[in-house]
Amino acid sequence: MPTVSVKRDLLFRALGRTYTDEEFDELCFEFGLELDEITSEKEIISKEQGNEKAEGASDVVLYKIDVPANRYDLLCLEGLVRGLQVFKERIKAPVYKRVTPNGEIQKLIITEETARIRPYAVAAVLRNIKFTKDRYDSFIELQEKLHQNICRKRALVAIGTHDLDTLSGPFTYTAKRPSDIKFKPLNKTKEYTACELMTIYKTDNHLKHYLHIIENKPLFPVIYDSNGVVLSMPPIINGNHSKITVNTRNVFIECTGTDFTKAKIVLDVIVTMFSEYCENPFMVEAAEVVFPNGKSYIFPELAYRKEIVRADLINKKVGIRETPENIAKLLTRMHLKSEVIGDGNQIEIEIPPTRADVIHACDIVEDAAIAYGYNNIQMALPKTYTIANQFPLNKLTELLRYDMAAAGFTEALTFALCSQEDIADKLGLDISATKAVHISNPKTAEFQVARTTLLPGLLKTIAANRKMPLPLKLFEISDIVVKDSSRDVGARNYRHLCAVYYNKNPGFEIIHGLLDRVMQLLNVPPGEKKGGYVIKASEGAAFFPGRCAEILARGQSIGKLGVLHPDVITKFELTMPCSSLEINIEPFL
Amino acid sequence: MADGPVAEVLLRQLAAADGGLDSAELAAKLGVEHQAVVGAVKSLQALGEIIEAELRSTKRWELTAEGEEIAREGSHEARVFRSIPPEGLAQSELMRLPSGKVGFSKAMSNKWIRVDKSAADGPRVFRVVDSVEDEVQRRLQLVQGGQAEKLGEKERSELRKRKLLTEVTLKTYWVSKGSAFSTSISKQETELSPEMISSGSWRDRPFKPYNFLAHGVLPDSGHLHPLLKVRTQFRQIFLEMGFTEMPTDNFIESSFWNFDALFQPQQHPARDQHDTFFLRDPAEALQLPMDYVHRVKRTHSQGGYGSQGYKYNWKLEEARKNLLRTHTTSASARALYRLAQKKPFTPAKYFSIDRVFRNETLDATHLAEFHQIEGVVADHGLTLGHLMGVLREFFTKLGITQLRFKPAYNPYTEPSMEVFSYHQGLRKWVEVGNSGIFRPEMLLPMGLPENVSVIAWGLSLERPTMIKYGINNIRELVGHKVNLQMVYDSPLCRLDAEPGPPRTQGTA
Repeated sequence: MPTVSVKRDLLFRALGRTYTDEEFDELCFEFGLELDEITSEKEIISKEQGNEKAEGASDVVLYKIDVPANRYDLLCLEGLVRGLQVFKERIKAPVYKRVTPNGEIQKLIITEETARIRPYAVAAVLRNIKFTKDRYDSFIELQEKLHQNICRKRALVAIGTHDLDTLSGPFTYTAKRPSDIKFKPLNKTKEYTACELMTIYKTDNHLKHYLHIIENKPLFPVIYDSNGVVLSMPPIINGNHSKITVNTRNVFIECTGTDFTKAKIVLDVIVTMFSEYCENPFMVEAAEVVFPNGKSYIFPELAYRKEIVRADLINKKVGIRETPENIAKLLTRMHLKSEVIGDGNQIEIEIPPTRADVIHACDIVEDAAIAYGYNNIQMALPKTYTIANQFPLNKLTELLRYDMAAAGFTEALTFALCSQEDIADKLGLDISATKAVHISNPKTAEFQVARTTLLPGLLKTIAANRKMPLPLKLFEISDIVVKDSSRDVGARNYRHLCAVYYNKNPGFEIIHGLLDRVMQLLNVPPGEKKGGYVIKASEGAAFFPGRCAEILARGQSIGKLGVLHPDVITKFELTMPCSSLEINIEPFL
Repeated sequence: MADGPVAEVLLRQLAAADGGLDSAELAAKLGVEHQAVVGAVKSLQALGEIIEAELRSTKRWELTAEGEEIAREGSHEARVFRSIPPEGLAQSELMRLPSGKVGFSKAMSNKWIRVDKSAADGPRVFRVVDSVEDEVQRRLQLVQGGQAEKLGEKERSELRKRKLLTEVTLKTYWVSKGSAFSTSISKQETELSPEMISSGSWRDRPFKPYNFLAHGVLPDSGHLHPLLKVRTQFRQIFLEMGFTEMPTDNFIESSFWNFDALFQPQQHPARDQHDTFFLRDPAEALQLPMDYVHRVKRTHSQGGYGSQGYKYNWKLEEARKNLLRTHTTSASARALYRLAQKKPFTPAKYFSIDRVFRNETLDATHLAEFHQIEGVVADHGLTLGHLMGVLREFFTKLGITQLRFKPAYNPYTEPSMEVFSYHQGLRKWVEVGNSGIFRPEMLLPMGLPENVSVIAWGLSLERPTMIKYGINNIRELVGHKVNLQMVYDSPLCRLDAEPGPPRTQGTA
């Protein structure tokens, strides 16, 4: 969930009233926001870098507000204020318009070289805009928020904003060999080639995260004006030449990317938010984008879409009984201008370009419910009549757990993920013999594989509890995972029961007795007859030679028991003899 | 008779005594160790009101071992003096005597002896006076005779500095008759025996009272894990509410069931390497229900079922990627898909509680794996009001009655609501769960009828358990670093009962 940080006093001035922190928190809750933190720049710096560094920093109160991940229209002060003011019916939702300039339209021509790296581009112009320091900061911050969220860290879309008065169109969006791209990037005093920049930015804490997007490509995307001035090298950096400042009056915005839909949404969000400060508020100057196939499109789209939803559907989905007129009013408060049409039960809803999150009637239903107030909805119990069933494997597990505890063993709860070492080396096995599933992106060795046996977890539990009085008697009934090509995903779980006895003596007879008890509980008689169980001398890398037996029940091998090998005991940092039992309980379902 | 002869004697003496008697004096009188009298006092006290005993402490001067030797044989300096014959003694020889070193310097400073360093065969020691008064011995003998008070404070402290005298604190009892005083006490039985029962002798025997303040002996027992005790209670609650348990015994899931089937777009941040554990082996799912996959693909990329879709290039290879499931909602999706294949549609209530995995940054409250609790109801015409109603009943069974709902965003539910409850301890509203109505873009491609709604909610098992048992670090609860003492000591889990104070002891 993105967090937007706004100056409290600026917010209240824009809202035309002040709130106590509690009142504002309440308003946020009702609207689906969360007032996450009340802080200041000074507090943030002192928390992160210490009191000394915070000296002299601003102590203007900041509200940090959590915004739902799909509401790109609430990612800046301008959008938050507009949303809340319309919600509280203090203003009407503005109408956003694309206008064609009187003079020549700005043109961005895409060449076919971009096709394999970053094929899409959209553009627009904010004409006669008036920034202030706060507005300018918000404009930059919104781009950053969009980059981090909908743009997926610039991988899907990257935004470039430029002082149009320093440039001359038409613009060309092309892709070139990095060595052939040379320009003065933002906030640098000399020119560098793209190759040099990629090296320089490796140590840049902000930009280094984006380099991978184009790093190994033969061609890098780049935008030029008609004089060969570089506007930007997306998604990495803009040129310094067209840098915008507080005094910039005409802003050229380009968004390039790999996802056309998202590029259009991002452009719409920026222009709808900041056209507020243009000489003609909410009017956005169009730009033309020519694609390599020669087709040309006009942006921003600023499309208004109409949906018709029946009022009784909304009532039925929410569980309320409101008139169509009231529902239309509720929706209008959510920035969805609505009116009753047709037979009087139909509501026509206009979805503005700011609400790209509304893609289905269910999104409209939710907005009606939010405006109605979730906590005003009458609760009811569904009439759904059903008979409950337990999942048989879990039912058996629950029953066995109780009787394992009754037999004097204590339940452990260990991780399903572990290191290769835990399930292989430490048990004297080769990893290839385990049939383990392997994780491709573990951050640490603790998450290399899913366990193929419960034993390591229990031994690690003992190691962490060596101060406890002996004997330690532990068990766990849980799932292990192995590869299995007969399953749709190529792997499956097995429900295992594992127990260990740890004392000054190995206690094989105790673990053996536990097996007898478990078999008694499962109603499996001793003996080799059909349906019975026996243990047979066997060997296993984890066991002391001659102290290991295989358990055969109902005609199949279900596991092993025995005295652990001293090497295993040592590798798990234990010092006492230990016997163990591990079986698959699924044959007893 | 009770507790040996000393106790008997004590009682007889007490009967004759006027008012009471002192335990130390009695010990001296009887010629027994004081400790034996103290033992008798204690055992008589345990019998009830027979005697009363008041603890007194008195200070007394006693000789040290060296002090006793001096009282007996004279001070070191006197012994040195006596060992020097009139013709004198070689100093080297004198020093070899047992009292030589200490006695020599003391005798010198007393001016009892002198040294002639010019003697022919080395320094020689001579008497200076004819006889000496051994004051140290006399004083120590006084103390020995119990007359320490005859010595001045200064004299005593000088002897103490020489480690000849020491002050000891003596704890004695002043014993007097109790309200049930009697000189004849029969021995009390400690326990009832089979012989007493068969002979009936228990009727005539007095029994020693139990000390009910002592702790009992804990039984040898096994213990269930606290988190799983809470899991059992949640299962119970769902079963009481008529919910059927879904199979969740598949930790490995394809991206398709974990994300795509839930209408979670392929560029969604949750599908990032930073959040999800993907598999290297087996890297891809082998089989997917291709008919259904195509409907899902179309819904994502083009829309349909009343939806605009996400309008992006949906890729099958992305859906095939195997992972460790990030939520049990993937199991719910499978269950709903199976339900959709059954015609005609029958309403269903499902639940599951099982492990899920996140490749997240770990801290005191987050692990890479945790348990998710999920409830699902599928029926015709379910509303947001129904969802809230079910949540109210569910949370009431957990002992949580003050609820409110906040609009929220989940990729696969719309409307979505976060559930908050008022936490009395923290004095604020805290999030206790997440819920919503599954999106039509998720349900309709499965083949569920259009007028069927599916409401669902989820929460973690660990959080309520940590609150319930007062645990701050999740590692103490889950995983091998668990504190077994905590497991041994954990109380029953009754979610709707008032939480008691945590009982864990001995965690050091």
